[in-house]
Amino acid sequence: MEEHIVIIGNGISGVTAARHIRKLSDKRITIISSETDYFFSRTALMYVYMGHMKFEHTQPYENWFWKKNRIELKKAFVERIEPDKNLLHFAEGGSLQYDKLILATGSKPNKFGWPGQDLDGVMGMYSKQNLDALEKYAPDNKTCKRAVIVGGGLIGIEMAEMLRSRDIPVTFLVREDSFWNGVLPNEESQMINEHIKEHHIDLRLGVNLQEIKDNGKGRVKSIIIKETGEELACDVVGLTAGVSPNIDFIKTSGIETGRGIKVDRFLNTNYDNVFAIGDCAEQHEAIGNRRPIEAVWYTGRMMGETLARTICGTPTAYQPGHWFNSAKFLDIEYQTYGWVWAEPKEDEARFFWKHPKKHLLVHLNFDKASREFIGINTFGIRMRHEMFDKWLTEKQSVDYVLTHLKDANFDPEFYKQHEAAILEKFNQEQGTQLKAAQKSWKRIFA
Amino acid sequence: MKFIKYFGLLVFLCGLGIFTSLIFLGDFQLKKEALDTIIEERAFKSELLKKQLHSKIADQKFGSVFEFSNTVIAALESANNIHKERQEWDKVVWDKPHTFSYNLAKKAGIGFVKDNKVILWWLTFGLGILGALLFILPNYILLGKPGIKNDHIYHQASTNRGWIAWLVLAYLVTFYLLLYFNPDYVVNWTYILDPISNALNGGDASQWFVYGFLYCVIMIVMATRMYIKYRHNQYQILRTTSVLFFQIVFAFLIPEIMSSLNMPGYDFKNAFPLDYDFFFEWNIDKLKSSGAIGIFILVWGTILTLVIVPLMVYFFGKRWYCSWVCGCGGLAETLGDPYRQHSNKSLLAWRVERWLIHSVLVFSIVMTIVTLYCYFTGASSFIGIKSQWIKDTYSFLIGAWFAGVIGTGFYPIFGNRVWCRFGCPLAAYLGLVQRFKSRFRITTNGGQCISCGNCSTYCEQGIDVRAYAQKGENIVRASCVGCGVCSAVCPRGVLKLENGPEEGRINPTEVLLGNDVDLIEMANQNSKHAS
Repeated sequence: MEEHIVIIGNGISGVTAARHIRKLSDKRITIISSETDYFFSRTALMYVYMGHMKFEHTQPYENWFWKKNRIELKKAFVERIEPDKNLLHFAEGGSLQYDKLILATGSKPNKFGWPGQDLDGVMGMYSKQNLDALEKYAPDNKTCKRAVIVGGGLIGIEMAEMLRSRDIPVTFLVREDSFWNGVLPNEESQMINEHIKEHHIDLRLGVNLQEIKDNGKGRVKSIIIKETGEELACDVVGLTAGVSPNIDFIKTSGIETGRGIKVDRFLNTNYDNVFAIGDCAEQHEAIGNRRPIEAVWYTGRMMGETLARTICGTPTAYQPGHWFNSAKFLDIEYQTYGWVWAEPKEDEARFFWKHPKKHLLVHLNFDKASREFIGINTFGIRMRHEMFDKWLTEKQSVDYVLTHLKDANFDPEFYKQHEAAILEKFNQEQGTQLKAAQKSWKRIFA
Repeated sequence: MKFIKYFGLLVFLCGLGIFTSLIFLGDFQLKKEALDTIIEERAFKSELLKKQLHSKIADQKFGSVFEFSNTVIAALESANNIHKERQEWDKVVWDKPHTFSYNLAKKAGIGFVKDNKVILWWLTFGLGILGALLFILPNYILLGKPGIKNDHIYHQASTNRGWIAWLVLAYLVTFYLLLYFNPDYVVNWTYILDPISNALNGGDASQWFVYGFLYCVIMIVMATRMYIKYRHNQYQILRTTSVLFFQIVFAFLIPEIMSSLNMPGYDFKNAFPLDYDFFFEWNIDKLKSSGAIGIFILVWGTILTLVIVPLMVYFFGKRWYCSWVCGCGGLAETLGDPYRQHSNKSLLAWRVERWLIHSVLVFSIVMTIVTLYCYFTGASSFIGIKSQWIKDTYSFLIGAWFAGVIGTGFYPIFGNRVWCRFGCPLAAYLGLVQRFKSRFRITTNGGQCISCGNCSTYCEQGIDVRAYAQKGENIVRASCVGCGVCSAVCPRGVLKLENGPEEGRINPTEVLLGNDVDLIEMANQNSKHAS
């Protein structure tokens, strides 16, 4: 009898783990989710509301895929885990026995105890249920005359974009004095501030939510801004002040938790046969410059890839490579490779270039003394992941990177290229005489 | 702005309404002298037919083209039937009845439509173009900042298979059915283009001139829509300009001017086997009897298919043809762009696609072999296949139904590349080259994919682009026409169409870039051993 692997959560982490376990073994696999019948791409929910796609388009695999790959799907809500008995209990009744358990329960939107935070019309933007709620409370600008979004991160700006697509007036409350400036350097953050306003979003910087007011029928009526006491009438409140691990039902199980489920480098919890991956996992010790909890699509997938090996007999530590990430702020695409902190560290220097008119910029971080390239933020110019990964591994200098930047350009053909202008500014600032190298397939595929 | 937009829509619908109603207008009366001229030109052997036409048609006034057509066809059929009964096969006129009737109707129009050609051009084409532009141009402001603007595509009846889409389908299908099978019914459309046709080639407009002209007009108008929608994307702008240029100059103007110079009209970019009748006897004979230019066309057409097309596909992928040059592609990328999301992405559709398109390729090749064999030997059939039968069958099934009625008529429901994906034999041929011997690929950018599905949704060829992108694999598919929209709609900069070294073009990946370097290497080694 093959071992029974049970996975709680059908997001990218759990599904990646399942797929790779199936590739490597014949184990029995069950995925449990109470959210949807099938795996879908959470990051694409916004496009459903905006009418770019239908919900079914967010499902990366056709429905026959699961049966064909002998991955059992169960739609149920796990209420309680008994790790000593290898047993799960469902809210709907019934239980399930496992040999190994993978917790991939993801995140939930943060709520910081604001008065009124559970009223109708108040929602995060994370789950399929959130999407359904938004469709219900903000179908158009007659039903929803104004929406207020609380929290200036990636989900906040996406939610603002969603609502604007239906011409709903949006007020965007951001605690920081500039958008996402805990992560982005000032220049990038300023540009995004500007771009948010271009999209006719009422951006309020440096303000907090005081409370959400009830209309007397359990529905949101307005919000109060803490700093100014201003009351804003609204029909929807989006809570997008970050996410935290979705682990409430695990806390009493005996599985060790902190902010997330505590795991070692093998993604193993305090129980030998219980693992946690993705947003809900918290490393005992942060890996390199990474955070102990990484709520990012890519890291969830990497943990899934890694854990499948361990489960299938090749114990493999989670060892992510060079940091990378991406996002899209309204019309502006963003990619990052390596590390570019909001503020440079003491031994770091920066090089910044921005197009005089368009929303295009690159921001490089490098070591002052050795000139080793540390990372790049790129806005509006696509860059080749392979190239930067290689340069980071080879510890190339910033001079080398800028000389060979054409190799990394990943914009569509015929786009205007800006490497010459970028290099010119760098030469001016650094007193260097670098000349741009022509794009070379040989180097790209070396 | 919105007011201008909807006013434009109204103007467009007026133009379309008048254009459509033209079918029902005007009187038809074929003068005896005109009839005699036709009879003389065609040199009918059937006295019966001549008599019938003289008694039933000559100088008679008909209130509509339908009445006229019915009478002509009745005359033709009664004469033919008698000859067939008497087994006088040489006296039977084998024309398609509606084509026969069209040729008479073209000379028979009198009254309102014929007398008001220019005014009616402005009330149909003029209003249509003006209205469509008024509908499209405000998007420059309404769509906001340059960028991907796909908002509400799945909320609107026109682009989400709603009632408008079905209505458009019905209209387009009817249009093609009339054009291919009942040209006599739309003879009024040819009158209003006579002045333009005369200016270009010295002759009156045929239904094919109407189609060619309409095709160009629609592409120009819908290309302005593309220019606005994708104004941030240089690839889309150049590509749109290219298909527009090849349609207007190569497919329309050059052939018209050639015929005005008494040369065979030829579209120099229309490659066999898309140009399926290139090797038909009548075409070869026509070209051989046209002097040096005819011989040049024969040689060019052959080299185009055997050398130029595959060589270009090797360097640039089949996109150089399908989405930069081809007329079918040109219409699909302009008129069809609002419907690109409707191509079916299922594995089943992919299977059907491969069977169907390669069958059509085989069909076209078998047909051509039979035709050429019969041409050179004088036989009427080869390996048991009658030359005439296979040509007629192909022309009817593939040439008219698949490429026209289904290929374009079904845009609003099944997407804009139904013909290119499932039916075009040239696309099948180019696809084989692209899949097995080409430098073209869509590169996937390492591990950046978030599986959102925009690429797959907007792939007009029904490729599940995401299936590759989320595995970090490049996309190398026979059917990809390189329209570049997957790359455009990707929110994370994951996809890039490019021509590069063949080595490493196809790159099966197990573990994606970004994870542990050793793990990536180990996993990819394993998969290589396994495969």
